[in-house]
Formats: sequence, C-alpha cells, structure tokens
Amino acid sequence: MDFRLVGKSAKKIDGVTLACGMPKFVEDVNLINPLYVKMLFSPYAHAIIEEIDTDEAEKLPGVKAIFTHKNVPRIPHTTAGQGFPEPSPYDTYIFPKKVRWVGDRVAAVAAESIELAEKALSLIKVKYKELPAVLDAREAMKEGAPIIHDEADAYHPIGAIYAPDKNLAAEVKAEAGNIDDGIKEADFVVEGTYKAHYANHCHIETHICSGEIDSNNRLVIYTSTQVPFHARRITAQALDIPLKKIRVIKPRIGGGFGGKQEVLLEDICALMVLKTRRPVIVKYTRSEDFISGRTRHEIYTTMKIGAKKDGTITVMDMNVLSNTGAYGSHALTVMSNAGSKVLPLYPCKNVRFHGKTVYTNLPVGGAYRGYGATQAYFAMECLVDELAEKIGMDPAEFRLRNHIKLNETSPIFKALGEGREGNEMYIKSCGLTEAIKKGMEEIGWKEKRARKDTGRYRRGVGMCALMQGSSIPDIDMGAVFIKINDDGSFNMNLGATDLGTGSDTIFAQMAAEILGVEVDDIIVYSSDTDMTPFDVGAYASSTTYLSGYAVIKAAERVRDQIFEVAKEIWEIDNTEGMYLQDRKVCRENYDSIPLSEIACHSLYAHNQHQVAGVKSHITKVSPPPFSAHFVEIEVDTLTGKIKPLEYIAAIDCGTAINPQLSEGQTEGAVANGISYAMWEQYVFNDKGKMLNPSFKNYHIMRTNDMPKIKTILIPTYEPTGPFGAKSVSEISINGALPAISNAVYHACGIRLKEGPFTPERVLNLLEQNNNEN
Amino acid sequence: MKITLTINGDVRDFDIEPGKILLDLLREAGYKSVKDGCREGECGACNVIINGKTTNSCMVLAAQVDGADIITVEGLGNADNPHPIQEAFVEAGAVQCGFCTPGKILSTYSLLKKNPQPTDSEIKEALSGNLCRCTGYVKQIDAVKKAAKKMKDSK
Repeated sequence: MDFRLVGKSAKKIDGVTLACGMPKFVEDVNLINPLYVKMLFSPYAHAIIEEIDTDEAEKLPGVKAIFTHKNVPRIPHTTAGQGFPEPSPYDTYIFPKKVRWVGDRVAAVAAESIELAEKALSLIKVKYKELPAVLDAREAMKEGAPIIHDEADAYHPIGAIYAPDKNLAAEVKAEAGNIDDGIKEADFVVEGTYKAHYANHCHIETHICSGEIDSNNRLVIYTSTQVPFHARRITAQALDIPLKKIRVIKPRIGGGFGGKQEVLLEDICALMVLKTRRPVIVKYTRSEDFISGRTRHEIYTTMKIGAKKDGTITVMDMNVLSNTGAYGSHALTVMSNAGSKVLPLYPCKNVRFHGKTVYTNLPVGGAYRGYGATQAYFAMECLVDELAEKIGMDPAEFRLRNHIKLNETSPIFKALGEGREGNEMYIKSCGLTEAIKKGMEEIGWKEKRARKDTGRYRRGVGMCALMQGSSIPDIDMGAVFIKINDDGSFNMNLGATDLGTGSDTIFAQMAAEILGVEVDDIIVYSSDTDMTPFDVGAYASSTTYLSGYAVIKAAERVRDQIFEVAKEIWEIDNTEGMYLQDRKVCRENYDSIPLSEIACHSLYAHNQHQVAGVKSHITKVSPPPFSAHFVEIEVDTLTGKIKPLEYIAAIDCGTAINPQLSEGQTEGAVANGISYAMWEQYVFNDKGKMLNPSFKNYHIMRTNDMPKIKTILIPTYEPTGPFGAKSVSEISINGALPAISNAVYHACGIRLKEGPFTPERVLNLLEQNNNEN
Repeated sequence: MKITLTINGDVRDFDIEPGKILLDLLREAGYKSVKDGCREGECGACNVIINGKTTNSCMVLAAQVDGADIITVEGLGNADNPHPIQEAFVEAGAVQCGFCTPGKILSTYSLLKKNPQPTDSEIKEALSGNLCRCTGYVKQIDAVKKAAKKMKDSK
C-alpha cells in the first residue's frame, strides 16, 4: 500500500537538536542549588544488617538527609515497571533489613556535593551478619539451600505460583498434545542445554533521576525512564504518598533497552526532595549501573525437538531455568516469554513448556531487549540445526518447511500469556519465507555452505529464524491527544515513551498522513504524567503497533471534527466526499479551506470550540514480526578467536513506518546481539561480587569490532497494525547467539552452548573434538 | 585557582578547585552537549577538541589545560544553522538516543579535518573511542561519509 508520509524516511524530529547538543537529558535540566545523592551498597551477597549507625555522617556539615531501612516506609513492592497489578513479586522494600546481593541498597545520603555525600557514606557504620549465599541458579532449589526471601509480607500481586521458601520466584507450565506420542512419531530427536549468560544494557547514559518541588507544592520528577506512568504509580506506592502529588517527566533519554523499564531511583529521589525540599539529583556511576542496575536474566534452556525423516517436527519440549538474582523483577514474564515468543515459530501439535525462575544472591535480572526470547532462541535455533543435520537437510530448507505461515496458529499463543493464559492468534502477516530466501541469496548461502575449510583459519556460515511479538494483548494501553492550533498546526500529546527509537517521529508521520499536513506541522510532546494521556510505556515491542494505532484513532477523530467545521463554513448538511490534503479541507466543486481557516473559524468566529480529540487503543493479539539472520565468521583454530565477517538480518516488521528508523532498530539490536554473544560477560568472584564493572573490562562492540552488517526489510501488511505495521525493536537481538554458534559448527565442527564465545571456550571445544576423533 | 579557556571562540575565566575535572567544568559552564557516560575515559561521550586534538574531558583536569582552545559540539553549529556533519548525522539516521552523538560528531570533525576522504576502516578507527549502544554504528559510518561529501561539495 502506498502512503504519502508513512513508509518514507522522515528525518527524526529531535535529530538536529540532539546533534547540536541542546540540553535535553535529565542531567541537563537546570536545577537551582541541588543536592547530590549517593548510595551505600552491600559488600556482601547475603547478610543481615544487625546495626546501622548514621550519627557521625549526619554531623558532617553539608549533609542534608540520610535514609536507611530504619527511617523509610516498609512497603513490599516491585521495581519492575509493568502494568498494574504487576506480574512480578512484591519482594522489594525501599531499603531492606537483609541485603541479598553485592550491590543491594543499604543507605542513601543527600549532601551539598557528591564528594560530601561520598564522605558521609564512609562515616556510616554498618554491622553485617554474613549468611551463606546461593551463587548458582542450579543450586537454588536444592534441599538445604539458604533461603533468600524469608520476609513474611512479600507476596505475588497476581497470585501466580510463588514459593520463596524454596527460592522459587515463578513457575509456569503449558502443554498441548502429548509429548510421548510426539517422540514416538519422531525418527530423530535432539536434546541439549544452552546457557544464556548475564549481561548489562550499557545505555551510554547511566540511570539518573532528579526532582524538585514546584510552585504548586507538587513533586516533579525528571527521570530517564521507559515507563513514566508506572514510575509515578510505583513511587507513590513505595513511599505511601498520594499519586496526585507526583508529576513524572521523561526528557530525552540516553538509551534504555529494557534497563529503564525499572523504577530504580525515583523512590530515593522522591524521599530526598520531600525531606529536604531542595532539588535533588541521583545518578548511578557506570560501575553502579553494572552492579546495582538490572541485567539480562541468566537462563539455562534445556530442549528436546523431534522430527520425521521428511523434516516434519513432531515434538518440542522446553525446560527453562531462569536466574532472577536477588529480587524477582520480571521473574515470571521473562521466563514465560522464553516459551511464548519462541515455541510458536514452528507449529507442532505436541509441545510443552516448563519454566522455573529462582532467586540467587547475584545481581537482579530485569527487562532486557529480547526479554527471554534471546535466551531461549539460543537453544532452539541451535538444536534445529542439529536436527536438520541428522535428517540430512539444509538448515535453511528445514526452517522454510517448518516455520509458522499465514493463517496458522500455535497452541502456545493461548496457553502462555503474561502471568496468565494468553490469547489465541492466527498469523495474518508473515514474510519469513521471503526473509530466509533473501538472506540466503545475500550471503551466498549455497556456495558458502558447500565449502569446508581445513586450515588454521576456517570460515563458516550459520543462520537462524526468529519471531517476537507486538505488545501485550489485553494488557497494554496507549492513548493520544491531538488539538488544532490557529495556524493549522497540531499539538499531539501522548504518553508513549521515545527512548531514542524515534517513536515521536513515526507518530508525527502517522498523524500528518491522516491530517493532510507535513511532519513538522505536528508538535509532539510525550511522556509527562501531568500533560499527556496514559501509556504503559516503551516495552514489549508495543510502541509502534499499539500507541501508533491510538495516533490513528485520535487523528481520525480530529479529522472528523474538522469536517464538521468545514460543513458549517460551506453551509452544507453532510461531510461526504471531504478529504484533507495540502493543509486544506477539500471537496469536489467547493473551494478548499485551509486548516488555519478551520482553526480560526472554530476558535474565534462561529460555534466556538476547540477541535481536539483523545483516543486510546488496546489489542487482542500480538502479531509477531519475523526475521532470518545469516552470519559468516572465521575461526582461528590456533588462537580460538572468532571473527564475525558479515551479518545479514532480513526482517518482516509489516509496514516499516520509517524505513531508516526500522533499519536503525535492527542494526542496533544486531550489534548488541553480536556483542553479547562474542564479548560481554559478568565475571564474579566466589563471593558473588562482579569483578569487571567498567567498560575497560566489560567489552561492548566498538566500530573497529564491527562485521559488515546489512538489514533487508521484507514488506508485509499486518491488518491489525497501524498502516500495516508490526514491531521491530527487539527481535533482532535474538539472532547472534544461535547464528554464530551454528556458523562456528559449520566452520570447525564444535558446538558452542554457552556465551560469550571466548577463545578459551573455542579452544577447549576444539581440543575435546580432537580427542574424540 | 584561576584559569582562562577559549571555548567555541569565547574567552572565559574560571576560578576553580585544583582537582576540577574538565568535563564537570564544561557542563557547569553551560556546555551541556558534553556528556558524562563513564568518567573513566572509555565511552567517548564527553570528548571535546582541545587544541585541535579530540580528548575525553573526563580524563583531563581543567587546571592542566589553562589557556587551551576548546571546541564542543555547540561550537560547530546550532539547530537553525547546523554544521554539515550535524546535518549528515541527522540525514543518515545516525542519531538515535543522541547521548553519544556530540562526542561522535567531534571525533568526525577531527577526522575530516586531517583526512577529508577517509576509507571505511579509517572511519572505524577514528570512531572506535566513541561507544554507541543504539545504532550498531552502521548509519554513523554512513553519516561520516555523507559529511565528507557535504564538506567537499561546499568547498
């Protein structure tokens, strides 16, 4: 379908101001005479705070407030910025009496300078009683393991399975058909366990939040968040203050990737502002971001897949053990998404999912782009390769044969939701076949797959297929308000949260498309809990698909009101045949009316009123985007070093509202995926302390590490999406682990089942392989 | 102690503590384009041009650079009249969250000054000190090439 502005690469509306370095971020907000907050974190993985003495710190001149567990409300809540009630356990307090990981909160100080706040922290005396710790997810549920959450008042707000006395933060089971029958039907069965490791989001702007009391005596919080409305709600809950007292504003934010779907600093900021009545700024250092921020849940995925000789999959059985660390943020939903966003890719009548999430005394898991799917695709897409090899079928052909197609469904859609049953769904748009074929062509699959290197340097190609979702059906909601101005421009205020993705821009394109104006006629203002309508925020690949539809509905409501004004001006009795074009209302045989005239007529002249509309959108389905990834790598069998050479991501995101931004989302996700697979890792000592919390020792991809990366957009039209769009942001982070592992197997016959793919791991496997042969 | 800096062509006097880090001085003086991403010289979000050389301002004491000539991204152009590199970054889709962008643009400025026609690998080398988690760098490298062309054409 052809549109005037949608499907074109409009320049990002905030691009030039960002490129010129204008003050747009939380730390750029001018606060008059602010206080600086620093926090004391636990040096122990598991310990009771027996005594805490802040007397000396309080005496230090310039120290204005100190909080510990002794002087804050003790209200169980979750830091997971999810819809209400959250599907994450209420196991968190502003300050705990028992610390549960190296990095847990102990105290916070507000002082006239960062240096003074740090000095005050050093004067706080804490007596800890160290407890035995759980530092391995596989040990967490064993008999006799130390219990991490033994507080009496913790509970699961949605009543999901929750057994903290066994360190069990969540458990989900789903099954369709019969697993034994499926295994009997299979000629070949493969099985394996794959471990997806800890990782950090590494948004270049660390977690930051500031606040002040405004002239109406209300608390204003500026925060780098993906979820301003949830941040307001959870802050009110944790402090037990009225929600109406708080205004949360999200300025531009320096990357999120799920890390900022967390209400991490707002409570401390609010406490400090209310106590001192001074502006306050709380900011994590890079090291604090690594240790006391949030992480990708470490997940062990054990999976069995069986198929007939002809390549038909007969059975899929997935077991997931997820490590949520010290608190259960996103514990249930990340784990269940490991099944729900992965298993339906290959419809199969005998399918089973069993997931458990356990507590450990390690850093806390959270939302991270890919959200469980990244972890489980590693297992499934490697095992699919193994299965194809057993059958003697090309792995790309195997996927072409088995992947879900138009009008097909999977029992998993209904069986696995977000902490409850999901929604039945039939696929209404799918470009995966084309994505696989285009990717094969682009990388030269047939020729390269036929090659077999034997020297020191061995090249290989690998691939994988992927799907994700587009928002959480029946839970997520986005709302949009549009009004006309005197000159025929429009204000569009919406809750949706642009975290650098360009959502403000694509919404302006959508609204301008419907209102017959240009992108710069739409003045977008987003993510301010006082000024914009509600939106759940930027997560679950929902923004384009869900909030975008609310834009269409609001724009259509305003368009209809404009037609009513035109009807008055033209003195006719119906709006038939009217349309908006070139900033005018048009109708055959009538002189078109500029929107500025419509606005002025309605604002100043006749039947005066504000042309404006607010509309909301929810969804019953979560249509998956699809993608096929192909990678070529070279292994140096002497050093064990893998070099990614070329990476192709062919993606069906429905209509790409702004192709350049869709490519940008894909390339960013691909790069993060490669970086995760290749280099990123948390190194812990035997006391559970992270030893490498710095960009010096936690390597993320730099320009000189890059392979050639190419995005191929495969256009489809999703009938339930705005202008046919589906999501694009998360899916492409899922490919690198399996695609690179598959490529390494092709290059030298070793199977990497745990990341990152370090030279050491490669050399060990090569040696094992040599010994076996 | 008193120091004088020329920032984006303006001569400015500062009375500072000897331990003042240049990054903090610049931000407090209103140059908010200079971003604090790690304070350990690794991410490049705070880099500025000091006497012609791209430098992480978090690793420099203000006292060390008394008398220096400093360029921040505010000095290249503004939203009404952006520098060709700033335009190129926007047009190429190289700006996502925008937090690393000022540092990246200054690294590009230094590169193109020395080498107006850089190859891909020269660009990758020149930008390797500026971390970006949003773009995967693909469109940033396009932006540098686009900027090189714009600057050549405008000569």
